[in-house]
Amino acid sequence: METKIAVSKNVTESAESRNKMEIKNLSVFYRKFRALAEINIAVHPNRITAIIGPSGCGKSTLLRSFNRMNDLTPSAHMDGEIILDGENINASGVDVVDVRRRVGMVFQRPNPFPKSIYDNVAFGPRLYGIRRRNDLNEIVEKSLRQAALWEEVKDKLHQSGFSLSGGQQQRLCIARALAVEPEVILMDEPASALDPISTLRIEELMRDLVQDYTIIIVTHNMQQAARVSDYTAMMMIDDHRAGRMIEFNETNVIFTNPKDKRTEDYVTGRFG
Amino acid sequence: MTTTRFQELIAKNEAAHARGRRITNIVMLTITGFLTLLAIIPLFWIIGYVIYRGGSTINLDFFTQLSRPLGMTGGGVLFSIEGTIVLAILSCIFAIPPGVLAAFYVARNPNTPLGTALRFGTDVLAGVPSIVMGLFIYTLIVVPEKHYSAWAGGLALAILMLPTIVRTTEEMLKLVPHTLREASLGLGAPEWKTSLSVMFPAALNGIITGFLLAISRSIGETAPLLFTALGNEQYDIGTIIRGGIQSHQSLSAIIGRIINQPVDSLPLTLWKYAQQPYPERIDQSWGVALVLMSFVLSVEIIARLWVESRKRALQG
Repeated sequence: METKIAVSKNVTESAESRNKMEIKNLSVFYRKFRALAEINIAVHPNRITAIIGPSGCGKSTLLRSFNRMNDLTPSAHMDGEIILDGENINASGVDVVDVRRRVGMVFQRPNPFPKSIYDNVAFGPRLYGIRRRNDLNEIVEKSLRQAALWEEVKDKLHQSGFSLSGGQQQRLCIARALAVEPEVILMDEPASALDPISTLRIEELMRDLVQDYTIIIVTHNMQQAARVSDYTAMMMIDDHRAGRMIEFNETNVIFTNPKDKRTEDYVTGRFG
Repeated sequence: MTTTRFQELIAKNEAAHARGRRITNIVMLTITGFLTLLAIIPLFWIIGYVIYRGGSTINLDFFTQLSRPLGMTGGGVLFSIEGTIVLAILSCIFAIPPGVLAAFYVARNPNTPLGTALRFGTDVLAGVPSIVMGLFIYTLIVVPEKHYSAWAGGLALAILMLPTIVRTTEEMLKLVPHTLREASLGLGAPEWKTSLSVMFPAALNGIITGFLLAISRSIGETAPLLFTALGNEQYDIGTIIRGGIQSHQSLSAIIGRIINQPVDSLPLTLWKYAQQPYPERIDQSWGVALVLMSFVLSVEIIARLWVESRKRALQG
């Protein structure tokens, strides 16, 4: 256990200098229709990257391609490369299960499994063969603590996940994603179904988590992007109804001094 | 306060309009009330009449004794109750696993050739008269085996249950939010694991309801059993088990004897008894009808209680 932590720390340190993920010339098609065109993003490690843009510009499609969720849509295929730690995740011979363990996902609506709180978090570790009760207990507690939920649920771990409030359910889903120790966490509008207080808690949580993880978030909420993210990618639909990234920069640049007129209009609320 | 033109118009028409509306309301309420009553009357009539006719024949012997020869008073329909239970269990064993698996396949691959064929097949099967199922199993099982048996009856009922199970399970699986499936796959779970430990529990309440609908329908079927389970008024599981233990038979031999001989079932007994020209048999057939009705009703009630308690457990 000790050595394992040491090794992973080394990896993080050496990776500090380079990008965690690189999206190179990515296009995604649904049959003949091009939904995303020539996307290029560099995702910095231990930073939050936000993807913003009007509805229907392909933000979710882009996010879902980062852990090969688009594989589940039979008509979808892609061009270009998605590099995770120097390796193309779509290359033949790459195990999709491994990609999904390393790149976790949190969805728009809280979607706990119809199981107990404990079993929700233990679901992932069990998939990878961890069976011993003590080991599972340790992972469940650690994940729930990281998701800032432990204190609220430690006395009712064996109650259903549905017994929690919406905000707690979303943190449970985050804990479930953390339990398999992903390196990157994808969040698809994780707070859009929550009230302002729960939203704030999720945002604080994201700032805590980014110490150990790399986070990519899709959001409709401009203030949220401005509050939590370090980098922002602005997307927009082009004349052929394909989503394109029109600007990518540090968040404060995007919001205070955008290069593109369309970005400026969007972040200042003039359209979209 | 100034009144607008619209308010003026309302005021002018109010009295007439309100009266018209009230009358329409009364007329419609009367019609719907009357028709509802008309629909309910047969239901309560049947239940009431069965209780009235059947209630007098029912006593403890009715549930614990085999049938007695004509001319002797008393006796019961234990053979028939046991046969019904055996048939219900067997038909579940035969129908539920393939039905649920087929439903998973259809829900996941609705537009593939096999998926379309499956869906079309179950729809057609749902429309096939139940006596045809009996005839089918008769040629397929009973003729080669050269004897009637409980498991042949169970198979015939299972075919009858299949469409209900496939369709309800499929509908329930389709109701599970797709993000739940994606969350599981997103953690790296394989498709089968996702189906088994996420989709299935999420849809379980509805699936169980489907099972019970299918069971309570098949419990009341007579036609598929005519050429398969046949009927057996000397059937007694207790005797079979005691005899088996005394002669040191293995468990599988005992189970074999339970399912490999003809059995009766409540609707089959009812049908046979009601045809006979003897008043005591007619009376007993009413008793059987009452037992059958309570049987179906209690399956339904247990199902609902179970679903409710599970719902509460899940929602905390």
